[in-house]
Amino acid sequence: MSDLNTRMIEKYRNDFLKEVEANVEEGEWVKMCMQCGVCSGSCPLGKHWAHPPQEIFMMIRAGKREEVLTSDSMWMCTSCYNCIVRCPRELPITHIMHGLATYSKKLGLVPKGQPTATFAEIFWNNMMKKGRVNELKLGLSLYFKDGFGQGIKNAMANQKLGMSMMKAKRMSPAEFFGGHGIKDVGGLQKMIKKAQELEEARMKKFD
Amino acid sequence: MAKYTYSYYPGCSSQKGASSSNLMKSVQTMCEELDVELKEIPDWNCCSASIGYASGSELPRITLSARNIALSEEHNPGETIVATCAACWLATREAAERLSHDPQLKAEADQALAEAGLKLKNETPIKHMAEVLVEDIGFENIQAGVKKPLEGIKIAGYVGCQTNRPFGIHGESFENPVYLDKMIEAVGAESVPTYEKKVQCCGGALAFSEPEKSQEMIKGIIEAAYDNGADMIATPCPLCQANVEIYQDQINERYNTKFNMPVVYYSQLISVAYGRSAEDAALDGQIIPAKQLEEIAKK
Repeated sequence: MSDLNTRMIEKYRNDFLKEVEANVEEGEWVKMCMQCGVCSGSCPLGKHWAHPPQEIFMMIRAGKREEVLTSDSMWMCTSCYNCIVRCPRELPITHIMHGLATYSKKLGLVPKGQPTATFAEIFWNNMMKKGRVNELKLGLSLYFKDGFGQGIKNAMANQKLGMSMMKAKRMSPAEFFGGHGIKDVGGLQKMIKKAQELEEARMKKFD
Repeated sequence: MAKYTYSYYPGCSSQKGASSSNLMKSVQTMCEELDVELKEIPDWNCCSASIGYASGSELPRITLSARNIALSEEHNPGETIVATCAACWLATREAAERLSHDPQLKAEADQALAEAGLKLKNETPIKHMAEVLVEDIGFENIQAGVKKPLEGIKIAGYVGCQTNRPFGIHGESFENPVYLDKMIEAVGAESVPTYEKKVQCCGGALAFSEPEKSQEMIKGIIEAAYDNGADMIATPCPLCQANVEIYQDQINERYNTKFNMPVVYYSQLISVAYGRSAEDAALDGQIIPAKQLEEIAKK
């Protein structure tokens, strides 16, 4: 168990709702849910959620901390925003689901090998290197996330697709060496480091 | 001087050799025809799209977009920011909104921006290119410039998610927006008002991490276009375009279907209807060729 997770358990004891309100993006909205279930019925990947949003909201209020934070559910969010525009109470549900996923990641509670969590990290690291996404390297890192052997298999399976993308000039082998980026990478990285520090400090402030 | 000028945020996938470089090319052609000048935001960065949140978390993610707005305010003062990518537009607008509603967040973002020597006023309106077409230029003006109407082509307007939600185009419904159909009609093609998958999710970034689940949804999007007798699908979103076009082979293998449905951008329709070449309209960027558009472009 991560240090931060232990600290948070001690800090909030049995008040998981309070923990979510203080630490999860848009978490202060959770208590406004009236359990109508429109969000769950509107989610395009709804059938794949072990606990759809409506259930997650009730579980937070019921203090089911571990079940919520170790759940695979929030990672099913495709960011389609259907739930947000349909919620009769206008809760920012998409953001709360993103926030829960992010918080779970900060605490080290994401189920091992969760593919979208893995992809999200690959994406962020790829983008932070030069300030812009390198699509070729992004694709390759995703193929090779489960090791070299599986990577070759994945690359072979998608070979035809890759060739057609290159033919259409929508994928460039040149991206492997250098590729697109911004000029002020240093400034961007310093800026993000500062933002991360400030956010971390805010989390600690509630001690 | 062009009739309309904007501060342009093209986004990562629109760069040369990237997956929606065909969007960028056709947007440039379209803008030449409509007398729109796009001044690129110098040194713009990635918005972290709809998948960056898990490692980015709130403040770093919002600061990324704040940097772009600050750069635009510094170098293209007074100009509205225009994005062609749904995720770029959404992230930038969301950041601007969050920062104007939350003084603490704004104070923290300012501190972070100072590390890169930037200052944010956060007074810049942020538009999607579709809003420029609908609100600033207007359907009548688009129609007035058509030289080669796209007659005889039936096009399913696929709006997708993030161009439509949570912000969308002013005055349009989230469940059944009609501006894309109107745009299709404006260039002389036949729209498909009964296309029931026009705001269905394609899986977005999860097309990479959860291909099976996403391709099941993409299958429905293509199937509904066939069921409605469409010849092709048109969309404003780069990720919708890619997801719905490029996995058709894999879907055919998985579901034993015979899909071969071209998926194009609204900007390609306008470019061809305004008499530009297949190359200018970036029709060579199709994985599934849009032959009817190629033929009209050749005439």
